[in-house]
Order: sequence, then C-alpha cells, then structure tokens
Amino acid sequence: MSTEPVVATPRDQEALALEGITVRFGSVTALDGAHCTIRRGTVHAILGENGAGKSTLMRAAFGWLTPDAGTLRVHGAPVRFQSSADAIAQGIGMVHQHFMLISAMTVTENIALGGQGRFDASTTAARIAEVATKTGLPVDPTARVRDLAVSAQQRVEIVKALVREAQILILDEPTAVLTPDQATELLRWVRSFADAGGTVVLITHKLREAFTVADDITVLRQGRTVVSAARLALSESHVIEALTGTGTGTGATPASVEASTVGPTIRSARISSERRMVDHIADAPVLRLDGVSYVDARGVTRLRAVDLAVHPGEILGVIGVEGSGPRELLRILAGRLAPTSGRVTRPDVVGFVPEDRLHDAVIPTFSLTENLVLAEGGHARGWMDWSRWRGVTRDLLATADVRAVGPDIPMATLSGGNQQRFVIARERRRATAALIVENPTRGLDLNASARILADLRTLGGHPRPAVVFHSTDLDEVLSVATRVVVCFDGHVAEVQPPLDPNDRTPYTRAMTGSDRPGGEIAAERR
Amino acid sequence: MTEALLALWDGAFGSSYAIWSATLVRSAPLLLLGLGVALAFRAGVLNIGAEGQFLMGAISATAIAQSMGSMGGAVPRIVVIPMMALVGALAGASWAGIAAWVRQRFGVLEVISTIMLNFIALASISWMVRGPLQEPTRIYPQSAEIPGPAQWPFLIPGQRLHLGFVIGLLACGIAWVVLTRTAIGFRIRAVGASRSAATSAGGIAVAGTVLRVFLVSGACAGLAGAAEVGGVTWALYEGISPGYGYTAIAVALLARLHPGWIIVSAIFFGALEAGASAMQRDAGIPSVVVQVIVALVILGVLAGSQRRVIAGAATLGAEARR
Repeated sequence: MSTEPVVATPRDQEALALEGITVRFGSVTALDGAHCTIRRGTVHAILGENGAGKSTLMRAAFGWLTPDAGTLRVHGAPVRFQSSADAIAQGIGMVHQHFMLISAMTVTENIALGGQGRFDASTTAARIAEVATKTGLPVDPTARVRDLAVSAQQRVEIVKALVREAQILILDEPTAVLTPDQATELLRWVRSFADAGGTVVLITHKLREAFTVADDITVLRQGRTVVSAARLALSESHVIEALTGTGTGTGATPASVEASTVGPTIRSARISSERRMVDHIADAPVLRLDGVSYVDARGVTRLRAVDLAVHPGEILGVIGVEGSGPRELLRILAGRLAPTSGRVTRPDVVGFVPEDRLHDAVIPTFSLTENLVLAEGGHARGWMDWSRWRGVTRDLLATADVRAVGPDIPMATLSGGNQQRFVIARERRRATAALIVENPTRGLDLNASARILADLRTLGGHPRPAVVFHSTDLDEVLSVATRVVVCFDGHVAEVQPPLDPNDRTPYTRAMTGSDRPGGEIAAERR
Repeated sequence: MTEALLALWDGAFGSSYAIWSATLVRSAPLLLLGLGVALAFRAGVLNIGAEGQFLMGAISATAIAQSMGSMGGAVPRIVVIPMMALVGALAGASWAGIAAWVRQRFGVLEVISTIMLNFIALASISWMVRGPLQEPTRIYPQSAEIPGPAQWPFLIPGQRLHLGFVIGLLACGIAWVVLTRTAIGFRIRAVGASRSAATSAGGIAVAGTVLRVFLVSGACAGLAGAAEVGGVTWALYEGISPGYGYTAIAVALLARLHPGWIIVSAIFFGALEAGASAMQRDAGIPSVVVQVIVALVILGVLAGSQRRVIAGAATLGAEARR
C-alpha cells in the first residue's frame, strides 16, 4: 500500500500538482519526494500525523519555501515560486492555522494589505462585500479584526484570498480553532465552494472531516506520500494504517534510526509499567482534576469537564494534536493556568518542564547557579547565600550528570540536551511529588532525546513522583508512559493499550477522533 | 582643535576648583539619575522620564524648604534637609508611578508616557515659578532663595561639592549590593533578563517587581532634583536642569547598567558638562559640540553591547500588543 495507485488525472483537470517534492532543513528531511495532484473543483484532504510534512508540503505549494527538488504545476503549467506573491498571482490562496491579520486594523485594511496601487477604502470595502455575498461568507468590512470572533477572523482570511481571485484555497487545520457548529458550517461552505468550481486543499488531523467533505485524500507519513486516492476508493481502516504505518505489507518504513532507538524501548517500558501499575493503585492520587473546563482568552473552549487522577509512580502520557487541549491540560496541572471551572487538587509545588526551554524555563545569559535559584525566585527572601547555592548547583550537576565546566558558566554555553537535563533535575529538586513535562526533546538531537526519555523513565525518589508527560511524538509518549490519555476536542479519555505493543492504531484513531461517534459530522449528514 | 581639547580638559580637571566645584558638582545629579535609569533598565523598564522626575523632585524640595522656613522659629538643618530629600524622592516616585499606573492599567508604553510626563513637569516648573513659588517681588520667574538651614552643606571648605554627591555614591553602593546579594535584586535581574522565564520557572510576580523598581527609579531621580536645589541652585527656576535626565540615559548605558560603573560614567559626563562651558569660554567652541560627543558615545555603546536593552524594548512592544 506504500504507493497506492495515484488517481490518473488528465492535465486539463488538474488544478495543482506537486511531484517529487523534497525539502530539507539542515540534516532533517521534512519531505522526501512527496507528491499529490489536486483536481479542479474538488476538495482534497491532506492527512498525516504531527511532523508528517503536511504543512511543509503546502508551504512549498504557496511559495513560502522553495523545495530542494521536485516540480510544481498550476493548471497543468510548470511554475517556480520565488515567494507567496507568485503563488497568489497564480490564483492560490492559503489560510494559515495562525491567522495573518493585524488586529488593530479593520477588515478592509487587512484585506488591502499587500495589494498594489492606491488604497481606496470604499472601493475595497465594496469589493469585499461583493465577494462576501457571492460566496456566502458574511464579513463586515468596517469591523476591527480584534473585535471579531475567531470564526469571523477565519472568514476574513478566506475572503482575503478570494478578493485576490484565488481559485485554489489551501486551508491549514481550519477547524482546530472552531466550535463543532462552526466547523460544520465551514465544512459545508468548503463543499459548496468546490461544487461551484473552486478547488480546496484541506489540511487536517481529523479523519472524519476528510471522509465527510473530501473527494480525494492524500496521506503523508514521514515526509512521503503513502496514499493518494479518491475517497470512495479508500476505507477508514486503510487510511489509519497509512497514517501510522501499521498493518500488513506496509511499504512505509520508518526511518531506521527511529526504529532502532524507539522500538526496543517501547517494549521495556511496557514491562516496567505493568510492575509499576501494581504499586501505585493503592496510593491516593497526587494530581486530580474534577470537572475542569478551560475557555481561552479568545473564547475557544480548550478543555471540557475533564476528570483525571494521577498517582505516585505513574507516568501519564498525554497525546493529542496541537490545539486539542494537551497544552492547557498540562498548564492547569502545573498551576500555571487557572481553570475556568472545576476543581484542581495538586501539591503546593509542582515541577514543570515547559516546551520552550530557553524562553520559559531558563535565562540563557544567567549562570547555572542563578538558573537554579530562579526556581526559588518567587519566594526567596533577604540575602542570597551564593556560595551555598553554588554548592547545591555543583551537586545537581553531578547527580544529574549534566556536562558543564562548573556552576558559574552561562546557561547558553550548555548543549540543548544538558540544558534540558539541568531543568528536569532542578524541577525534581524542588518538587518531589509531581512533575509535568512538555515536549522535552524539542530541538534536541536523537542521542540527547534518548537520554532525556531514559531519565524520565527511571526517575527515582520515595514515594516516586507522579509524572505527566506530553509529546507531539507518539512514539516518545509510548516509550515513556505507563498509562496514556488522549485529548481530542477538549475531551480527555484514557486509551486502552492494544494487545500488540507495537500497534499504534488505537492511539492514532483517538487523536484523529475516528474512534468517536460522528459528533459534529453527524449533524452534517442529517 | 588641540586648543579646544585643552580647554575642555582644563575646565574639567585643570584645577582643584575645576574638579571639586565644577566636574563633581555636575556629576552629583548624574549619579542618582543614572542609577535610577540603570535600575529601571535592569528590570526591563524603559524609564526615560528621569528628567521629569528630577524636576518634580526639585519643585517639591523647594516647596518644603520654603514652607519650613516660613514656619517661624528656626527649623534645624538636621530636620529640613532629610525632609527635602524625602519629599523630593516621593515626588519623583509618584511621577514615575503615574507612568507605571497607565502602563498596567491601559498598556501605555512607559517610553511614551515618561517622555510626555517630562514635558508636563517642565510646564509645571514654569507655572510654579510664576505662581505659587515665585519670589516675593514677583518680577523674576524663579523662586526665592531657600532659607539657610535648607542649604545643603559643602563637603570641602571653599569648594562647591555638596552632600548630594555623597548620597549618590552611597546609593550606587547600596544598589550594587542589593542587585548582587539579595533576593529582591535577583528578582529584578531575572525579570529584566526574561519576563517569561521569571514568571514560568520562578513564579516571580513580574508586575509587582516592575512597579517597585519603577518607583525606586523615580525616587532616585526625585532625590537628585532635591539635591540640586539644596546643594547647587538654592532656588527653583526653569533652566534648573541642562538636560541631566537625558544625559543620565547615556550615563546608565555607558556604565552598562552596572551601579559601580555608574560612578565612573557619571564623573565622565560631569567632566564633559563642566569642560564644555570652559571650552566655549576659552576656545570659542560652542558647547553643543559636547552634546555631539555625548550622542556619539550613546550610539557607540548602543551599537556595541546594548542588545539587552533593545531586546527588552522588543519584549515590551510585544507584550503591549497582546
């Protein structure tokens, strides 16, 4: 199934074709000969896990980055984009996951930005109103963007593309920021836009969306196209196998390094986890959420009535795609975010390893000692006994095996892996009962990542700490966690481990929402 | 050219009078003002309103000195001078407090508010010296001379160096100890270096720390204003500051925000100020040339090593946009 027969598309029907696209960032290959052909007047869903290369592929199609190899055709004619302006000129519009709008400006001004010639507010506004009415996307040209709800801002983004006469719309995770009703509304609009002759590329994590609105589906895995076919020719289980690389006769070989480092560790972690399960069950939970909900500043509900308990000695793995709630869940557990409603039970001090290490965890220009003291910064009083803290730091460097010349060198001189080990050791030192860890291997090389994960698996102490661990890499979570919960659309549910420890299907299904009854899409079908 | 530089040198260090009655007298306000600016910058607060805070300190110190003088009976020096210092510092802190408040309440960048407050302070002096604080004859736009007990003592007989210089030195020493040896100082440095890490990793109350530093920064400037009235001018008038509050930014930047180096940096700029008038007098070179030198020093320091301040400004901008 590795190279599913690609739908043969006559040139005159193709809107956008990408062939053999390869993109490298330094030593990392983000795309490795990926391909897909988008037919005119269709909705084409691009599916893939985090890091599979979906967004990179579409950035190449939108001229944001120039691929190292491969060809691009628009309406059958080969093109080479120097910038997104070239792509826009070819009738391609993209709505990014994070909107590209200036909140202090009006809708008209935002849409006029990047245009050419004289700016005349009334003609632009009239044009916006015309496009909005014709395509059925209500927007108020005179409204200020900051006063608009997220869904309205998204409509502005779409109208912006359409005013520039885009015939091919690329939508990057458009429903991630929407409520179920709004998502249904948007998908309905996408369908009608395609039925009227437009072309839509829908980047999504949600399998169900793809199966509801798409005509064609392309699945990317580790930078390669594993499936690209008409939706009617595909079954859900088929697509899930493609997404995860499981199933029989898979041609999608995971990168060899990953297989060698992660494969065996998953199994060993499982064995130890069974042992641990036994000793923690009897203890009272260290962290507990009862009916916790969180609505963010933009009014989007991120967590819905979450109940959760984490026991000593347990490593709770949290999976879920960006925007589905893991970030907020971790911050509420760490006491860095107050829930909108519900009850949080946690120890006074909870260790927290945030994903943006250099921004949120350490001060790069400060010495190691000062970075250690930083964790006490809020409640330190009076004189600082620096010689004592220097001693504490020296001990910490030794016990955590952080490779550093001494306690007085700036944090910035340490390698990323050593910085992260320092942060974890520091948080463990001040918080013995609970530790929250978010994407700890971000930006680290394979060896450093493997060490961090090994450290987390073998955290000592008595009683053992309760650990909550989130990573966008499913393999990492499975290699560390003793129990796994999934965040999807603000709900948090436990995932039952499959009988075959190497089977990742239940996890991927849970993350993409394909294990749930229709939900928002059911309304669509009615 | 050589002649000009010689005149500059002579004016600043050429005689004991030049040193003790010109250079160091001009350095005195720069010590406190530069320190105030440096402390604020260390915490990521871009307080460039030292000038206004200085003027408010000068107004308040004059007012308290005058009213204590008219209370009948001689209020002793030991009471009047500390009162002037206290009231001046409070006035400077309140003036800075306005900027801190509009920052926290409405998100107005302190770069803008403190500059605006400078103009208001300048206008306040103009009004004061033509209104409530004008001298009894009502002819000149200035206050009457402050009474004898309110005049700060000179340090060396026959020279004009006054108590304010010693206070400035002490303040720099205290600030240095606080920044490097105490928990509060550590919090200030952490907040200035990375607000996000200070909050996320340290649980430091950023808003509270920033507010306190802002107030202390204003207090330093206000105290400098009181010292200038008590030690140098003995009266209030519009041109009481030749832009000390702006030179103070250069003082702080040249010292790389380090309290110890503030002393060196303040004396350097004090010498430039003192030498400039001598140069104009003896060599006929306009004293604005020195301002050009000052500006070049600021540019040089900024280009050289002040990424911290620039990064701080960028962070503030980003936070204001949120």
